[in-house]
Amino acid sequence: MRRESRHRKVLTRRALFLGGAQVVLLSGLVGRMYYLQVLESDQFKMLADENRINLRLLPPPRGRILDRYGVELANNEQNYRVVLIAEQADSVEETLEALGKLILLPAHERARVVRDVSRRRAFVPVTVAKNLSWEEFARVNVHSPDLPGLQPEIGESRSYPLGVTMAHIVGYVGAVAEEDLNGDPLLELPGFRIGKNGIELRQEDVLRGKAGVSRVEVNAFGRVIRELTRNDGLPGEDVLLTIDAELQEYTRQRLEGESAASVVLDIHTGEVLALASEPGFDPQAFTRGLTNEAWNAIVEDPRKPLMNKAVSGQYPPGSTFKVIVALAGLESGVITRDHRVFCNGEMELGNAKFHCWKRAGHGELHLLQGIEQSCDVYFYDLALRVGVDRIAEMAERFGLGRSSPFGLPGVRSGSIPTRDWKLATYGVPWQQGETLVTGIGQGFVLATPLQLAVMTARLANGGLAVTPKILRQSVEGGGETEPPPSIGVSRGSLSLVLEGMNRVSNSERGTAYRARITSKEFALAGKSGTSQVRRITAAERADRIRKNEELPWAARDHALFVAFAPIAAPRYAVSVIVEHGGSGSGTAAPIARDILLQVQDLDQRRRSRSNGGRLDG
Amino acid sequence: MASHMSTLGDRPATMTLMRKLRNISWMLVVLIAVTAGVGFMMLYSAANGSIDPWVTRQFVRFCIGVALMFFVAFVDIRIWLRLAVPIYALALALLVAVKLMGTVGMGAQRWVDLGIFNLQPSEIMKIALVLGLARYFHAVPPEEIGRLRWLIIPVAMIVAPATLVLLQPDLGTAALLIAGGMMMLFLAGVRLWKFAVVIGGALAAIPFAWAHLRGYQQERILTFLDPERDPLGAGYHILQSKIALGSGGIWGKGFLLGTQNHLNFLPEKQTDFIFTTLAEEFGLLGGLFLLALYAAMLGYGFAIGIRSRSYFARFVGLGVTGTFFLYVFVNVAMVTGLVPVVGVPLPLISYGGTAMVTLLIGFGLLLSVYIHRDVQFPQRPGLEPN
Repeated sequence: MRRESRHRKVLTRRALFLGGAQVVLLSGLVGRMYYLQVLESDQFKMLADENRINLRLLPPPRGRILDRYGVELANNEQNYRVVLIAEQADSVEETLEALGKLILLPAHERARVVRDVSRRRAFVPVTVAKNLSWEEFARVNVHSPDLPGLQPEIGESRSYPLGVTMAHIVGYVGAVAEEDLNGDPLLELPGFRIGKNGIELRQEDVLRGKAGVSRVEVNAFGRVIRELTRNDGLPGEDVLLTIDAELQEYTRQRLEGESAASVVLDIHTGEVLALASEPGFDPQAFTRGLTNEAWNAIVEDPRKPLMNKAVSGQYPPGSTFKVIVALAGLESGVITRDHRVFCNGEMELGNAKFHCWKRAGHGELHLLQGIEQSCDVYFYDLALRVGVDRIAEMAERFGLGRSSPFGLPGVRSGSIPTRDWKLATYGVPWQQGETLVTGIGQGFVLATPLQLAVMTARLANGGLAVTPKILRQSVEGGGETEPPPSIGVSRGSLSLVLEGMNRVSNSERGTAYRARITSKEFALAGKSGTSQVRRITAAERADRIRKNEELPWAARDHALFVAFAPIAAPRYAVSVIVEHGGSGSGTAAPIARDILLQVQDLDQRRRSRSNGGRLDG
Repeated sequence: MASHMSTLGDRPATMTLMRKLRNISWMLVVLIAVTAGVGFMMLYSAANGSIDPWVTRQFVRFCIGVALMFFVAFVDIRIWLRLAVPIYALALALLVAVKLMGTVGMGAQRWVDLGIFNLQPSEIMKIALVLGLARYFHAVPPEEIGRLRWLIIPVAMIVAPATLVLLQPDLGTAALLIAGGMMMLFLAGVRLWKFAVVIGGALAAIPFAWAHLRGYQQERILTFLDPERDPLGAGYHILQSKIALGSGGIWGKGFLLGTQNHLNFLPEKQTDFIFTTLAEEFGLLGGLFLLALYAAMLGYGFAIGIRSRSYFARFVGLGVTGTFFLYVFVNVAMVTGLVPVVGVPLPLISYGGTAMVTLLIGFGLLLSVYIHRDVQFPQRPGLEPN
């Protein structure tokens, strides 16, 4: 019994020890709770709020792009689509099966939906079909009771009502690429689109707007329980262009079928009224997404539909450049209007012969006749006398050889050679023969259709340095109120050259007489240009120069024409280039004529419609 | 508490039912009911203010459990002495059965389907082990406790079920069985240096055991050591649980107003993590109130154990109380981020049938010990038959 009572004591002692240990451990729990719930409470309260409050970005509606009269060139269209919320569907497969009977739903799309559903939480909507027609959308809506889990939705997508007509100007929007990310959280929204080309690209900041923010309470699975606060953000601003959509449409149609470009300017303001490049593309296709085949077809087309030839195409200006050479001669005092040259069809320089386009020769010509008949020998002679550097200096005053700021991407600067430039670029000195070639706008001379239109505008407006504008608001190039500075060419020289251009179109011997405007009120003055893209060998010359029609397309001459109208009170300048189009007077001049007629006709109609010309710039 | 317990002087060999009813520790019963009431409230809140799906079913189980508790309490403690070994054997057999034909749920075999309900034998083993060991030490001559060969059987009685549970695999319950068993050995008077040897050996075996743990078990331990290493994966439970507790503050967010709870950030909020719901909505005060209820029950249990005359009753009383303590401590320590998440329910509160019923049966034993505290036992029946 003694032993037992000793044992009993051990048990009691140990029981008390255990009880004590339990008290200590429970106190530890109390301490821990005090630490979490009192000392660290604020931090955990914050974390609890972070848990439950989510910021949702509300994408702002993108600004529209409008033409000078308010016609929508780019807007936001409602886009019908169907999304699937997996948790509301009894069976995803059955629902898709049922939907497949209402709208076209290819097997690979169905597989994609099933895959997407399995990867996301069950309440996250998965897009099943988008860009539905109204009929399809209505059909889905009517049958929605039989389609558990499916939700018809109306989203916004970019739309280009004028399609291909505005493709090169307006551009298009596309998915955000890795390199576009700049910290703006909007760009990380799935499905967000940004400008990829044209005005959409250059005016992205204006068009995009500011994202709104919605603070929502969410549960642990991300499901929104309720909205706490909301800030709608700022919608994107509209962008107004100087383009006249009607004229643009006409211009594009007039070029259709060719690989060509044309620019129409207001010669006083520099506003671009039309800027067309053919062939074009369907900007809507870029918003929707292109198939590989469609993309390859566009990229591999030798006529380069994606390129905006009006600003990015660089062509030898050919004889249209002769007006610059003539002005260089007159302004430098090297020649007067009476300077005469005898053309026998060619000019010899050293061992080389330089031919005139007219093999038989023009005979003796003075300056106006030289321009009127576009005699090459006259301008070989003149170029030699003036020298390439003075020609280049005059060309630059007319905006050639340098790029001026313009509202579209891809603007090229063309090229105007000088002696120094040749030495710096090629490391060899300038050759005299090259001066001759420069005199007829060939060789190293390159210009874009936009530059040629600006050149023509500066000729026609009396030598004012207008710059091209495509944005109606005075975003670029300062205010419209201040008249552009003079380029410092004398009135006399200018009117002489303009008279030469008048003769080109309105004298019976002029190269473009057949493409004249007969009505005096609207008459145009212009200059044709035909620029060679290949070298004509002596052997071919000896035999017979092949006609353009006999050559493969890519070897044919480029056809150019620059013009302004009306002669009495010049208002519009136009440049037209048809790649490999044959002769300038034969192919390009009629197009320029039609465009100038159209712009003046539109002008008159608008004037009579608005009863006093409220809309004229 | 003490005055309550020393009212009866006579020591009858048998008692009438009326006497037993009068003799019962009604305070303990009230504490159990109040705690269970807190549990129903929290289940109501965890279901976003609805008695479905948890409160109704849990209440039915509670009623069944309470009935069983009274039944167990009124059975003479000497009958429990006689049944201790068969009960232990039955529990062990069930563990073997669950290994052989149990239902797989949540990645582990823990349940046996008994037709009307699923039974979790590892829960029963917690009480059965207490009974079995109490029966053993009741019989061992005190002077022999110090000898190693007398420890072989109790150690085997602990290791066998613990191994079976570990194989299910259920690390938490296995650890609780071992901890409970060691507590019994400690009470029995096993020398401290022997514990030191065993613990030392266990520590040495950690690298070996580590290799045998399931990936998710390793993950839980690693995540316990650094919850932030995987805040969306395995560390999510601990982190969200701490956020719920911490954001509750002193006063709590109010009944049914816990954001962590109602927005489903709390994991397992109706079972193992229900304490966080309470602490979020009722704050530090709510948590302390529940801990105080537990402490009071532990105090009663402890006093009942100490107060008993026979070794068997003492071991049962202290063993049940100790097991109860282990549950409370490990669960609260787990949800407050003090120990790894091992899957231990909060007694009387967490949703779950077997645990609730087993626990109430345990309380039944405790009450039986109390009612029969002065019952004379046969003097040292010994291990040999008769």
